[in-house]
This record gives sequence, C-alpha cells and structure tokens, in this order.
Amino acid sequence: MVMRRSFLAGIILSAAIALPSSAAERDIVIASTTSTENSGLFGAILPIFEAASGIRVKVVAVGTGQAIKLARNGDADVLFVHHRTSEEKFVAEGFGVKRFGVMYNDFVLVGPKADPAGVRAMTDAPAALAKIAAAKAVFASRGDDSGTHKKERGLWRAAQVDAQAASGQWYRETGSGMGATLNTAAGLGAYALADRGTWIGFANKGDLEIMVEGDKRLFNPYGVILVNPAKHKHIKAADGQAFIDWLVSSAGQKAIADYKLGGLQLFFPNAKKAGS
Amino acid sequence: MGVSILPLRLEGVTFEADGKRLIDGVTFDLRPGTRSVILGPNGAGKSLLLRLCHGLIRPSGGEVSWDAPRGTEVSHRQAMVFQRPVLLRRSAAANVAYPLRLRGVPARERGERVAEALALAGLSAQAKQAARSLSGGEQQRLAIARAWVMAPEVLFLDEPTANLDPAAARAIEALIDGVHASGAKIVMTTHDLGQAHRLADEILFLHRGHLLERAEATAFFSNPRTAEASAFLKGDLSW
Amino acid sequence: MNDLAAAFSQAASLLLGFDEDLMEIIGLSLRVSFMAVGLAVLLGLPLGAAVALYRFPGRTVLGALLNAFMGLPPVVVGLVVYLMLSRAGPLGVLGLLFTPAAMILAQCLLVLPIVAALSAQIVADLSEEYDEQLRSLAAGPGQRLVTLLWDGRFSLMTAVLAGFGRAIAEVGAVMIVGGNIAHSTRVMTTAIALETSKGNLALALGLGLVLIAIALGVNLAALALRDAARPRHG
Repeated sequence: MVMRRSFLAGIILSAAIALPSSAAERDIVIASTTSTENSGLFGAILPIFEAASGIRVKVVAVGTGQAIKLARNGDADVLFVHHRTSEEKFVAEGFGVKRFGVMYNDFVLVGPKADPAGVRAMTDAPAALAKIAAAKAVFASRGDDSGTHKKERGLWRAAQVDAQAASGQWYRETGSGMGATLNTAAGLGAYALADRGTWIGFANKGDLEIMVEGDKRLFNPYGVILVNPAKHKHIKAADGQAFIDWLVSSAGQKAIADYKLGGLQLFFPNAKKAGS
Repeated sequence: MGVSILPLRLEGVTFEADGKRLIDGVTFDLRPGTRSVILGPNGAGKSLLLRLCHGLIRPSGGEVSWDAPRGTEVSHRQAMVFQRPVLLRRSAAANVAYPLRLRGVPARERGERVAEALALAGLSAQAKQAARSLSGGEQQRLAIARAWVMAPEVLFLDEPTANLDPAAARAIEALIDGVHASGAKIVMTTHDLGQAHRLADEILFLHRGHLLERAEATAFFSNPRTAEASAFLKGDLSW
Repeated sequence: MNDLAAAFSQAASLLLGFDEDLMEIIGLSLRVSFMAVGLAVLLGLPLGAAVALYRFPGRTVLGALLNAFMGLPPVVVGLVVYLMLSRAGPLGVLGLLFTPAAMILAQCLLVLPIVAALSAQIVADLSEEYDEQLRSLAAGPGQRLVTLLWDGRFSLMTAVLAGFGRAIAEVGAVMIVGGNIAHSTRVMTTAIALETSKGNLALALGLGLVLIAIALGVNLAALALRDAARPRHG
C-alpha cells in the first residue's frame, strides 16, 4: 500500500518538475565561455536585458570547444565565445547565421612574483614564452581546447616552441577551466595565460602577478552568433536575435562598458554600428 | 472445504543429496482425523520426510500424491509449522492476517478469523505487539495460529517444541490438541518420547531414512516390533 | 589554513543569513536528489529483489552489471544522458536538456545500480531465512518479492541512504546535463565547482560544509525514523 502511494506521488512530482515553471515565460539558452560567466559580466548585464525584453537568458558556461559542440548539436540558441577562427568556421559550415563582434578584453601572462624566467614587463608575448621554455619554468596550460587554450597554442607557434613535447615536465596541461588552471598555477608557482576578465575577478591569486600585457597579439575578441534555425527547427530565432541585437545596440554596449570590478573595466565594447 | 485431499500417499519415496540416500523407499498413506507422529532419533530424516509430504522438496524417486481431483490447489489446504518459526516483521495480528491476505480473503472476514486464531493460541492480548518481540513459546504459538487460520485440512509440525522450555512446550501441545479438535489432521515429527506418548494416535518410526515401523501408538509403545524401535524406546539407540 | 577557518565562518553566515540564492540552490539540490533517489528506489528495489529471487535468462549478467555500475563515474553518466537528450540525440525532441528533469534522470541512472545491487544482496540474505516459510504459505512470486522488500525495509534504508549520498554529492553528471545555469539548474555541487573556479575557495568550502550538514541531516532524520519504527515492528 505504502509503496503504491509513494509511487503515485513520485509520478506526480516528476511531472511537476518536468513541466516548465511557467508556460508563458520566454527564455533562451546561450552557450558561452567560463570567462564571461566567472568574471561576473553576465550577472551584471543580463538582468538589464531581461528587464527590457522579458526574455530570460540561461547561460551554460563551458570551454569554447564544448560551447561550440553544444551549439552544433542545437542545444543552445546563441553562441557567445572568443575564438574568431572557430566562430567563422561555425558560420561557414552553416551552423550559425552570422557572427557579430561584441567586445574584447585581452589576455595577460601571469606568473609567480619571483619570476624565474625573467619575463616581467616584456611587451612581446611570444618572446616571453620562448624565455619561459628556455628556462624550463613551469607553465600551466588549460589544455582543454578552449578559446584561451587555442590562443595560447597560437602564441607558442609564434614563439616557435613545441611546448607539447615538454608536457608533463615544465609544461603542465590541467585539462580544466580558467579558474581551476589559475588555482593550479598559484599552487605550483607556474606561469599561465589568462583572460583579463577572469584574472581580475579571480580571488585566489596567491603570489601570482601580471608579467606580460599590452601585446596586440593578446587581443581577445568576443563574437556572438545565432544558431542556425535552418539546422535545428526548435531554435528560438526571434528571441535569440533579440538578445544579439541588444548586445550590439548602444544600450548593450553601454552595459558592457559599465561593468567594473574593483574599479577596473573588464570588457571593451567594439560592436560595429548597425548595418555593417 | 469441498472434497478431502486426504489420504496422502507416499509410494517408494527416496531423497538423495550429495550422492547420499537420506530417505530410502518410504511407502505409507496418511488418513484424515488421526494425529500421526513421525518418531525417530536425530538424523533419521524426519524433517526431510515432512518436507517431502508438504511439497517443499521433491523426491528423487517415487511419488507423493494427494487424493484430490485435478485442479485442486492442494498447497492451500495444508500448512506447516517449522522448528524455528519465521515471523514477519510486523504485529502478531498482521502475521496471522498475512496468509489470508495472500489468498485474497476480504478484510472484514479476515479480522474475525484473525481474532479467532489469536484467541485459540491465547495471544489476544499480544495482537498489536511486534511478532519478533514475543517470547519463544509465544512465537511458536503465533506460528501455529498463523497456520491454523487458513483452516488447513492437514497441519505439519516439525519438532515444534525443540527449542522451548517444558512449560512452553506443554502450552504448544495443548494448542496442537486444540487444532486437532477443530478437525485438522496432525502430522508432526519429534524425537521426544514423552511428547509422542502424550500426542500420538499412531507412530511412524523412522530410522536412517527407512520407515521401520508403523503402528497404533499404544501398541508401538507397549510392543515395538523391531530391535531399533525397542532400543530407541529404551533410550540407548546407537546411530 | 586561514581558508579553512574562513570557510566555517562563511558556512555559518550563509546558513544563518538565509541567503536567498543559497536557499534556492539548496532547495533545487534536495528536490533533484530526492526525486532521483525516489525514482531509483521505485525501480531499483523491485529490480534488485527480482535479481535475488527469480531465475531468468541473463540474471547472472544483470547482477554483475549492477555491481559493476555501482562505481560508474558521474561524468560518464552525464555524457550518456547528454547524448540522449541533446537536440541531436534520440530524445532531443523532449527538450529536457538543461532542465532539472534532465538532472533527475542522470542522478537516477547513477543511483539505480547502487540501490538495486545493495537491495539484491539484502533480499537474497533475507530470502534464505524466509524461503521455506513463504513457499509453505503458498505465496506467489510477486507476493514473495513484496513481502521480502517490506520485511527488509530497515536494512534497505541503508541502500537508499547510500544512493542519496551518491546523488547529492555528485557534480559530474548534473554539470553536463544541467549546465549549472543560475536560478535554473544550479545545485550545491555545481555552485561549489563554480566558486572554486572563481578562486573563492573559502566560499566554495563553506558551501561544501553546508552540503555535508544537509547530507548529515537527511541521514540522521532517516535513522531516527527507523529507530522510532523498529521497536514496534521488530
């Protein structure tokens, strides 16, 4: 008897949970990177958009590689990441409608205060990496095919160093997110490449400091793309595009510029004016 | 109740385990009404024989058959009480109600029959107690009440007082008499001569898997026909 | 070390302050894990008991699979459920990905082998004692199963609690199929992972302490319930 009653209760409860909390609520899912979520940017700007549009934005924050995979499978309406080459490939293959530039921040090379490789205040990022490799100073890499990881590998190529060959020695691939990698770097006293947004918001810096910044090769542009409704019928194209339109509008751009952490601006809006 | 399923007939029944013949060519029939006691020393195969009769194990050879029309659910017409009662983790009353629920007896009728069975076993006051919190003697009486509530035509009891002190054992014997008086055929095993004296109408004397003697009880006790039976009655059976 | 002390004060202030976000996260964690364990119990107890009691083809293999799957990595379960629920997957049309329902499903699959394998063991042990008596009472196969589950209820609670512990503490599966979406699918464990990745170690640890406190509370409540019921039913 008791079993039968609890069985019924279970069925009813599962149904209640499975149903959307409010049928009228409009929402979209965006696949994005940990840098935008962890830095607190979304926490600051999404409520503004939601209030203006009545569309709730659900953020799934993963690495760029995984975010693109989610979008390809049609599991997100909008892709918001930072690796231009992958984004253009995504659109060229027909998975995305169009790429819109939204904002940029930049990467910084961080390292332990003691600076064993002697790269502090260099302005040439690949040259700094070459020095780290020459000194066999420990370097913590994301190693997760994320946007940051792709950027880092580009820099190693530019430095003409095969860091991969030293994997497990001075080159440590954490295979995890930006925050986890910074935690590792702080623990190991290692160098690491980080996006400035995550770096500023990161609370467990230990004795890590910025070593190299300002090189234009460290530029980190973010793009936003509507997943192609022609590929996946259920994509909420209108609401997704409304979010993209807002991001590149003056209201959205101002919201991005207004987000500051510890008095520092993290992201710099750079959307082209409408019509471009 | 319908037509009786008795007599129960065993024809050349053998039972083997691990290559050893534990019951060997036993033939007899059990008729209604009497209290049949299977008597014998430890290891004679009494419990096995009882289980073969009740259908809990299948004979390796020979046949066990009830005199019942095809389609009769003979398992519903008999019950067994084990040496160590297995009581369910619920109240005494719920234990007695359990077999009635299994058979789909309606709730109201169930209540009456449970009360009647508990009264017969002298457990009315303990109806709501957890069955497993009862004393050993009470537990065995409850097991008998649970068997009796199904109104079995035959009640098998396997050494029902083996683990009990004499006073509790006497209460069980009285209860068995009560069950018998209500019309059930009693088939029980014991190795206790005194108990056999007190309860048996007829004796089946089992020794090393063989049925050596079957006799009316007074005749058996006064004049055993086999050397083994005489030795057992004198209390010096070697085995 | 100062993080450890900070974590305790964080945990205390989080709980005592009834932080609204935290309460929402705790609520969802409990809802998801209770539902997952509830479903796993409804399926797993009969399944385990059937493996223990009935002879059917593939029974040995099924028993071995259940035992092996007790140690299934949550991430693997998460991936499998993701691939099923993804829009590109066979159940994509349901639109369940990144919802609590998906998390319940993933945790249920994770917990099911634990509940089933442990209850198979418990029921098999109990059946040794009960088998002859139940056959003597002419209990049918289904009646035997129900009776043994009911009489094993106090031992089976251990299996259920083991399942709950696994569900409430896992992060890999709910992270993948839930997406850790704020105010939607964020639970205790994914929040802890998030705060760790932000470097807020004290806050993460504080949340961890809250999680332990909740798990402890659920266990104590269950055991108290058992001890209250046991004297009455033996």
